[in-house]
This record gives sequence, C-alpha cells and structure tokens, in this order.
Amino acid sequence: MKRFAALFNALDATTRTGAKTAALAAYFRDAPHPDRVWTVALLSGRRPKRAVNATELRLWAAEAAGIPLWLFEESYAVAGDLAETIARLLPETATSQPPGLDATLRALIALTGRPPAERRAHVTATWAALGADERFLFNKLLTGGFRMGVSQGLMTRALAQVTGVEASVMAHRLMGDWDPAQTSFAALTETGGSDGAARPYPFALASPLEDAPENLGPPEDWLAEWKWDGIRGQIIARAGAFAVWSRGEDLITDRFPEFAPLQDHLPPGTVIDGEIVAWGGSAPLPFADLQKRIGRKTVPKRLLAEAPAHVLAYDLLEDAGQDLRDAPLSQRRARLEAILAALPPGLPLSPSPTIPGDWAVRAAVRDGARGRIAEGLMLKRLSSPYHVGRRRGDWWKWKLDPYAVDAVMIYAQAGHGRRANLYTDFTFALRDGNDLVPFTKAYSGLTDAEFAEITRWVGRNTQERFGPVRRVVPELVFEIGFEGIQASPRHKSGIALRFPRMLRWRRDKGVADIDTIEALRLLLRHKTGGCLPPAPPEGI
Amino acid sequence: MTTGLLTFTDRGIFCPEGGFYIDPWRPVDRALITHGHSDHARWGHGRYLATHAALPVIRHRLGNITAEGIAYAETRQINGVSVSFHPAGHVPGSAQIRVERGGEVWVVSGDYKVEADGLSEPFVPLRCHSFITECTFGLPLFRWAPQARVSDQIAAWWQANAAEGRTSILAAYGLGKAQRLMTMLPGLGPILTHGAVEATTDILRDQGYPIPATTRVTAGVDAKSHPGALVIAPPSALGTSWAGRFGPAAEAFASGWMALRGIRRRRGLGTGFVISDHADWPGLNTAIRDTGATRIFATHGYTTPFRRWLEDQGYDAGIVQTEFGGDEADTPEPEPEPAPEPVPAP
Repeated sequence: MKRFAALFNALDATTRTGAKTAALAAYFRDAPHPDRVWTVALLSGRRPKRAVNATELRLWAAEAAGIPLWLFEESYAVAGDLAETIARLLPETATSQPPGLDATLRALIALTGRPPAERRAHVTATWAALGADERFLFNKLLTGGFRMGVSQGLMTRALAQVTGVEASVMAHRLMGDWDPAQTSFAALTETGGSDGAARPYPFALASPLEDAPENLGPPEDWLAEWKWDGIRGQIIARAGAFAVWSRGEDLITDRFPEFAPLQDHLPPGTVIDGEIVAWGGSAPLPFADLQKRIGRKTVPKRLLAEAPAHVLAYDLLEDAGQDLRDAPLSQRRARLEAILAALPPGLPLSPSPTIPGDWAVRAAVRDGARGRIAEGLMLKRLSSPYHVGRRRGDWWKWKLDPYAVDAVMIYAQAGHGRRANLYTDFTFALRDGNDLVPFTKAYSGLTDAEFAEITRWVGRNTQERFGPVRRVVPELVFEIGFEGIQASPRHKSGIALRFPRMLRWRRDKGVADIDTIEALRLLLRHKTGGCLPPAPPEGI
Repeated sequence: MTTGLLTFTDRGIFCPEGGFYIDPWRPVDRALITHGHSDHARWGHGRYLATHAALPVIRHRLGNITAEGIAYAETRQINGVSVSFHPAGHVPGSAQIRVERGGEVWVVSGDYKVEADGLSEPFVPLRCHSFITECTFGLPLFRWAPQARVSDQIAAWWQANAAEGRTSILAAYGLGKAQRLMTMLPGLGPILTHGAVEATTDILRDQGYPIPATTRVTAGVDAKSHPGALVIAPPSALGTSWAGRFGPAAEAFASGWMALRGIRRRRGLGTGFVISDHADWPGLNTAIRDTGATRIFATHGYTTPFRRWLEDQGYDAGIVQTEFGGDEADTPEPEPEPAPEPVPAP
C-alpha cells in the first residue's frame, strides 16, 4: 500500500498532466507486478465488489475513534468524503509493514459475504496497521468511490510509454471483461486482459458543437444523423462469441435477450457501434421506457413486450474479422448498410437514418429532433477514421437548446468531494397559485465562485435545518434547463425532468418572476417544440 | 440575552457595567480588541484598547484611531470592572481578555492556539467561571501535526522545487501565519514577500519580533535575481499575473483548511500544508478543561456541534452568535484576509 499511496499522493499533489503521466509511468516501472494490474483495473473503473457497506463503516469507525455517532456524522458532513472522514478521525498509529495493494484487495474480496463480526475484525485490524495516507486509500477501496484524478486515457498513455506499445493498441488491450485477480501484467499489456473474441473496441466520442455548422465546411463532407436519447452500445458477433457492451464497458448481453438472434444472422467477425433504444415498432420510445430496462439483470416478459430494445446502428468497426477503424467513415457506413440490408426482416437492428441536405435543411430537421425522441444531430466527417476516445474535429454533437424555466431555490445541501462544504445541491420550486411547489433538484451549471457566494448566502438565510438539508428563504432565482419531461406519480409536482441543471443565476429576477407549475404541465401535454408556452401576465 | 457580567448583543460581546465591547463588529464607543485580524479589529469605534504588542499593526490597518495600549497581565479598572489581557498564542500581540467583577470571572478567548509557534507570545491558560471560546476547527477531524513536522514538509517541497528550477510560492495570511513561516523554516534560500505581507512583517520586525530578513518583491525582483526563492504572498495573489513574474513556479497554501481535501482541490491546488493559528480539536478541549469553567460559550466556527459536544461532556454550554447570525460551520471562511493596505502618509 505504501507504493500505491505514494503514487496517489504524487497524482494528487499536481494538476499538471505531464507530471501525472510521469508519476504513473514511474509506478508502472517499479511497483510489484500484481499491484500494477490492480492499479490499471482501478483506473479503468474495474472495482472489486464492496465487502462492507457505508453504514457499517460509520459505526465501526465512530467506535474506533472513540466519538459518538452524531459527531462522526457532523464531521462527515463537513469533510464530504467518508474515506477521508474515517482516516482523519481514527487515532494515529505507528505502522510496521502494511500489506501491499494486491494482498489488501485479495483480502477484501475474500471478505465479501463473511459474517459482520469477521468483516469488522478485518477492517479495524487493517486500520490499525496502516498510516494515515494508506488508511484513506484503504477506505476508498472499501467504499468503492475510487477516483484518482487520472483519466483512463492518461493511464493508457503512461502504460504505452513504459511498454513501448502504441497508445491506441494499448487502449484496445485494456478493453473488455478481465479479472485483475486472474490477470498478469505481462498478459494484460502484451496481448490484452480479456477474452479476445468478445473484446470491444474503445468507443469514439464526440465533442459538443459550439460554432455554427457552416464553419465545418461543405455539408457534403459531413454525415448527419439523429443524436438518439438511448445508450451507446457495441455489438460483437465473432466466431465463438456474441457480446453487447455499453460505453461504460459493462457487458450487457444478458440484459437484452432480444439481441440474441443477431448472432445467428450477422456475418462472423462483425462489430457494430450503435444506439440501444426502447422501440415503438418504427421509432424509438422515450428514454424513460429504456430506463426501465437498464440496471435489470433479468427482464420480465411484460417489460420485454412493453419496452423491446432495438439497435440503431451507425458505424461498422470490424468487417469479416478485419479491423475497419482506419477506413474512412464513408466506406464503413456503406459496408454497414450492405450488411444490414442482407439481414432477414424482423431483427432488432436497423441503420440509424442519415440526414442529407445543406446546413439550412439540416438545421430545420434538427429543430424537430424532440418530436423524434432525439437530442439533436450528430455530425461526422465522412473521411474520418474511427478514433480512440474523444478527438476534437471529426465528430460533433449538435444538440438542441434545452427547455428552460425560471425557478426559485427552496432547499440547499452541501456537496461531496471537491464540493464538500459548499452548498451545491439545490431543490427548486415553481409557483402554483400562491404556493411554491418543488419540482426538481439540480447540482451543476454554476461556477465555483457562484457556489461560494450562494454558500455564504445560505448561511445567512437558513430558515430550518433537516440534518444536512437547509430550508432557505425563497429568494434566489435560477434558470433551470432540461432535456425532457414526463409524468411521474412519484413526485409531488407530478412531473420528472431529464438532465435538469442550472443554466444561470437570474440575479435580475425575484420570486415574483418565476414560472408556474402549470406551464410545465402544459409542456407535458404538448411535448413538442422547444419552448414553453408563455407565462400568464404578471399580477394576476 | 442577559447572561451576567457579559452579554451578547447585535454589536458584539458587551459588558453593561463596564460599558465596553469586546471585538465588536459595529461601531461602538469603547472597544477592547483581542488582536489585529480584520474580523476582530474593525474600523469606527470611539476608543480602542489592545495590547502594546498588537497596537502597531492595528494602527497601521485602521489609520487614525484613538487607541491605548496595555501590557500583558496588567489589570485596568473600567467603571468598576477589572480587565486584563493575556497571551492567546494566535498571532504576535494577540490576547485573551479576562473580565472580573465581584469575584465573577469571564474570559473571552479571541482566537487562540495552544501550541507555541516560536513567535507569538505562548498561550496562557486562565482560570475562570465562564469561558467564551472560538471553535473555528471545533470538530475531531482537525488535529494538527507538530510544527516541526510541517516545517520539514514545507522545506522538502521548497527544496524539490528549487532543484527543478521552480520558484515556490506559498500563500499565507499576512498577519501571523506569514511571519510564523519565515521564522520556522530553515534558511534554504532567499525569502521574498508580497507587498501586503512585507508591510505587516516590517512593523512586527520593528517591534522586536525575531523575524529573519526578507525581500519585498518589486520591479527587478524575480526568479532570475533570486533563484530557488520562497515567495510568501496572500492567498489572493495565487494564479495572478503578479505570481506569473516568477516563471515556472509551484504554488501551495498554508492553512488549517488544507486538512480538508475537498477545500484544497476546490482551490485548484495540488499542494496544501496543514498549519493553523487556531486550536485544533484536542487543543480546544485541553484549553477548555484547563480554565476550570463550568459555563462555556462557543463562537466563530462549528458552534452547533461543538456546543452539543460540550453539553455531552457535562458543561453548561451556549453559542454566541456572530455578525451574520448564521452557523459559521456553513461557511468555513479561511482565516481572515488582511484588510486593504491604507496608503501610507507621505
């Protein structure tokens, strides 16, 4: 753990990318081999299953620290990070020879499902054996919320540097389903960790288009298609393997049993990139329908009928076993359409339609995106290869402006991690006659300086405390943006928003100027177009 | 709120019989000031009383005021109430204020720390019946390492930066922390100062505090003229064009708040050194126990949980609301920024 803690501190002590890459490269050169594998796993989101839950940890830690639980909770509310809270509250102990990362993680994995007394004994004994830094990291491994301020791309570059393997090849080797407990560093970096037959390619990612599309050049150089509101998926049909991967590298084959027939019909050695959506027969259903499917390991028959899944395919990464990623998009797309055209009818896979025309035509089509359950358009350069990760310039997401309402903040709660101690999590209300109806929460969209200013304001304008939540004077007005709206019996307001966030702080407006809940209900009834019905005149 | 010898008003802590306030935040006729930080020594009072050691900085910051000095432990009668000032160990010249009448003793801690820092007059425990204590760091999360250890950490950082050809820019509050750092660090190279820091440092040096020589950053003072330098600057100078003059530089902040990773990351700082001029959790608890007081009032800090903790320990505990009426645990403002420097008279 000492070497791992030293790596963590080195990464944590700098905001410079070069210094981070150097620290990682040094670690990949001199750390014990099994530790390196675990580090790659952790930095690519492959966390061991949680052996202990947060409630248990709090109780055990409060007792080990010799403080009442309420004081532990107060401290946690201030630190905003459970691992850090525990590390800071436990008495300092002299450390002799703390176990390494590999041994620590293996012991944790072995602990899963053991009786509470045994888990507690192990955890408290480990706390006692570790110094403060290692203890913090051990807690991070326990709680699962592990982030080291290092992107997977940066980690891949460091590994590439150390092994001499090209970064894009290394990125591919790290993909898929591999178990750090069963994988050697040599195997991982020389051939890849996962079963090669089911291994996905790294996803190409798009950047938001901030400029006018005219600045991209001639429209005929660009393919335009809907930006669907589903989940990104990669379908792999190879000899001896059929797999569906999510963008987060989760293997989701079993969650979508309706895709299974594809393995009998796709030519062997086919890999398709596309959007998984809930399907209404000829068009996608709202994201809310797909949401019922996500996160379910097994799907009941009723759901399969209500919200059948479908893939809208937009790219072909492998054709007849050949890696096609370096070929231009125009060629890949043509091959994709040929493959799809040869499939028998009735399969849950079809090409995502392209949108021809000049920029003005496409802009007009884009305006109707919401009616198509899309968020806008994707623009992809026809001559571009399929990049690893996000490379600016060839793939753009050209989204519609969000819906927006002006609402007043009524509750505030402090955030976590980097936002510990800062009020960043707000609940907003709209007007309903003379009442205020809470209708959404939002956490993002303001600058650090604005959050700091609001935090000071909350301190002076708290009316009531409910644990960590403050009821505040309804006075601060924000423009809340969102991408979609749906009826929700679970919410007091009867509505639920998709991707709500603060677009800006309306310092020019007061609580008298906010929108009404009726406006949202109207929007729910006519869910097309991009703007709200006009608010009723003031003073009624 | 009537509590006896001292009461709590919307101007600050007040002694009705003595007719004076302690560290009031609105203008009053007569103010007793614990130390020169801007949230304690405010402008606009009729008369000021502070220690001889604190007064030069207070005068420098507040300009033309009617002020009187008092020695540590000297007793003065104000309308039949005895008052005396005793070292608080917070910054040079800082004091706790003891108030007595008819055998009833109150102590107002001001800001304090119990660890001797080698520069400030060391904290003196005082026996009293009622103790008004700050609790800026009144949660068990906050436990400071001994000063020597932090000194080693900063020295190692400075040396590593110098070896890489980087200037070390260390942010610290201008009154107290900056001079403490100058005094506690080994002489590894030149120490440069921002003008706001140097002005206060000069005053303290003139008073006879043993602060090593430093160089004010002026035109021509940069990484070329002073390679491997440590620059001590107010936090507001980090990331500005002023800091840009040093070329490749490493920035860090020396504050008790750096104990919280979230706060350090929010400041966009890789490096933070945990060093405070306020008492940590064990320090607060020791100081309170040593007063022998049965009645404790918490102010400035995590007052709500701290009061509950004190009640759990069997004290009669209360809270003194500060200016904004809120619970300051919501707004962990770093130790006060120095007030804007008045333009010195020609």
